[in-house]
Amino acid sequence: MRYFKFTIIMSATTLAALHPGDIATIVSIHAEEALHLRLLALGFRSGKQIELIRKASFSGPLQVRVGTTDVMLRRVEAAKIEVLKS
Amino acid sequence: MKRIALLGMPNTGKSTLFNRMTGGAARVGNWPGITVELLSGKILLGPDMVEIIDLPGIYDLHGYSDDEQVVRHFLHDNVPDLALVIVNTTQIERQMSLLLQLKQLDMNIVVILNMADEAKKFGISVDAAKMSALLEMPIFLLSAKYGSGYPEALQAVTKALRYPTPGMAEELRSQLEQDEHIETEMARVLKHTVQVPARLSDNLTDKLDSVILHPWLGLPIFFAVMYFLFQGIFIFGQPIQAGIAEAFTWLRETALVPLLSSLPQALQGLLLDGIYNGVGTVAAFVPIIVLFFLFMAIVEDSGYLSRAAFLMDALMARLGLDGRGFVMLLMGFGCNVPALMGTRVMRSRAMRLLTMLVIPLSLCSARLQVFIFFTAALFSPKAAPLVLFSLYMFSFATAIITALLFKNRFKNTEPFVLELPPYRFPTLRQMALRGWLEVRHFLRRATKFIVVGVVMVWLLTHLPLSAVPASADTLAGMIGGALHPFFAPLGINEQLTIALIFGFIAKEIVIGALAVIYSLSGDALGSAIGQQLDWVQAYSFMLFTLLYTPCLATVATLQSESKQLKFTLLSLGWSLGLAWLVSFAFYQGARMLGY
Repeated sequence: MRYFKFTIIMSATTLAALHPGDIATIVSIHAEEALHLRLLALGFRSGKQIELIRKASFSGPLQVRVGTTDVMLRRVEAAKIEVLKS
Repeated sequence: MKRIALLGMPNTGKSTLFNRMTGGAARVGNWPGITVELLSGKILLGPDMVEIIDLPGIYDLHGYSDDEQVVRHFLHDNVPDLALVIVNTTQIERQMSLLLQLKQLDMNIVVILNMADEAKKFGISVDAAKMSALLEMPIFLLSAKYGSGYPEALQAVTKALRYPTPGMAEELRSQLEQDEHIETEMARVLKHTVQVPARLSDNLTDKLDSVILHPWLGLPIFFAVMYFLFQGIFIFGQPIQAGIAEAFTWLRETALVPLLSSLPQALQGLLLDGIYNGVGTVAAFVPIIVLFFLFMAIVEDSGYLSRAAFLMDALMARLGLDGRGFVMLLMGFGCNVPALMGTRVMRSRAMRLLTMLVIPLSLCSARLQVFIFFTAALFSPKAAPLVLFSLYMFSFATAIITALLFKNRFKNTEPFVLELPPYRFPTLRQMALRGWLEVRHFLRRATKFIVVGVVMVWLLTHLPLSAVPASADTLAGMIGGALHPFFAPLGINEQLTIALIFGFIAKEIVIGALAVIYSLSGDALGSAIGQQLDWVQAYSFMLFTLLYTPCLATVATLQSESKQLKFTLLSLGWSLGLAWLVSFAFYQGARMLGY
C-alpha cells in the first residue's frame, strides 16, 4: 500500500497535464534544439520549480511561472517538458 | 568612429535605453553581413562622436531564431569597440547566462542592470559592486525609463571606450559550446550578489491577470479594449486629418494657385493635382500613424499585447499566426498602414510576412467611405447596414482563407514561447518618442513612392492633353477600355474601371474620381449611378474595391517593411486575383440565380 501511494505521488507527468495552481519540478526537456535553447534562456532547467498559473480556454496556451518569469507556451510544447508534481 | 553595440534579451528595456542615449535622433541603416536594418544613432561622448547600434533582443548567442542569427553575424562582421549589455534586473537569475556567453567573446563590455526601480519594488537586491568584482566587468544599476543611475553609467562607458578592443568575434560558435561552465559560473555569481524573495511580491500583476486573462471575461474584455482603441484613434484622428486636409486646400487656394497662374494649364495641373496632392495624401496619414503608435506604445509596453496573444492563440495558431497578429489585423480595419508597421513586434520573419499578407484585406476606414456612398445610392436604408455587415464578413473570411492557404509557405519555425511581463505604464516621453519615430520612418520610406504614384495616375487621366480629363479618350480611358474584357464578366463598366485605377492611389479619392468621370457630384452622382447600375453590379464593384490593392501607401509600406520586392508583388498579385475571383463568382452566381 505504501509503495503504491509512493508511486502515485512521485509519478512523472508532463507540464501539459498539470492543473492551474499545481507546482512541480522540471525533470527533463525533450524538445528540439531551437525550443530547448529558448526554454533554457527563459530559465527552464532540470530541477527548477515550475508553477502552472492558468490555461487559456479552447485548448489555448498555458501560463507558467519559472523563477521570476511568467511565460506562455502552447500545449504541444508543454507536453515536451517532463515534470514531477510536488 | 568608435561603435557601441547594445545587447540584451527581449523585454530588458534596451530600446528605452537606446532612445535615452540618442535622444530619438536615430536612423536605420544597413550593415555588412546582415540583411535586416538596424537602428543607430551618433552621440558625443567625452571628446569623440560615437555610434550606438541597437541590436535585436536575443535569448541565446547560439540560438536559431532570425534575431539571434542577425546578432551573431553582426558581431562577426562588425566587432564593436564596446558591447553595452543590458540585463533586466528582475530576471537576473536567468539573464546572466547571456552575459556570460558574451563575456567569453572577450569583448570590451559594460553591463547595465536595468529596471532597477522595478527590482527594488519586487524586493530583489543586487550587490553591483561585488558582482562587478566577481565578473571583472563594470556593472551599473539604472532605470532607463526614469533615468536614475544613467550619468554614472555613461561615464563608465566613456572611460571603457578609451581601451582598445581586445577581442575578436572570430570562431564565435566554437567558443560558445561551453554551457556547463556557464551554469556553474552563473550559480556562483548569483549566490554571492543577488537576493530574490521566495515569492515575488507583484500582487498587482497577478490580480490584474486574474481578471484580464479570466477564462470567460478575458475575451469580452479584449474585444472591448480593441473597440475603444479603434474608436480612440479615429475620434481623435479624423478631426486632425480633416484639419490637415483643410490646411492643404487653404495653402493651395491662397498661395499656390495665384503663384502658379502664369504657368501653362497642364503644368499647373501636374504641379497642383499631381505633386501637391501626392504630398497631401502622405500628410493625411501622419495623424493616424502618430495616434496609432501612441496607443500601441501603451498596449505593447504595458504588457497587454502579450496577454492578447495568450487569449487569441487558440484560434490564431490554427491559422499559422499568433495573437499579436490578430491585434494588428483588427487595427488594420482602421488603417492598413500603421497595422503593417506594427507587425514589427513579431520577431519571426515568416510569421510577420504572413500577417502582412493578411492585413491588406482588412476593410479600412477609407474603403468604408466608398461602401457607404454606394450602399446609400443603391440599397434601401433597411438593407444598407446588412450590406455593410456582409462586406465586413467578406473581409474576415478572405483574411482567414489567405492565412490558411499561405501558412505553409510562410511557415513559422521559431518556438512560440512568449514572456508575459509584469504590467507597466509607459512614460509620456516613451509614447511621444514612439509616435515621432514611426512617423519619420513612414515619411522617409513612403513619400517618394506615393508622390510618384499620384503623379503617374494624374498623367494617365490627363494625357493626351486634348482629351477631357478622366474621359474615355485619356490613357486611363484607353486602359479602362482595354481592360474591359476582364471587368465585363464582373459587371463593372468602363467608368467604374477608371475609378478603380484612381482607387489604386487611395480609396478616399474613388468617389471624387467618379465625380470627375460623370461630371456630377454628391446626390446627383449617387442617383446617376443608382440608375445606371443594378445592385448586383454595385455589390460586385464593392467586393472588388474591398479586396484589390488597398492603396499606394499600403504598397509602399509593404515594400519598406518586407524589403522584398517579390513579397510586395505577391501581395499585389494575390489581392488583385482574389478580388477578381470573388467578384466574378458573386456576379455570375447572382445572375445565374436570376437576380
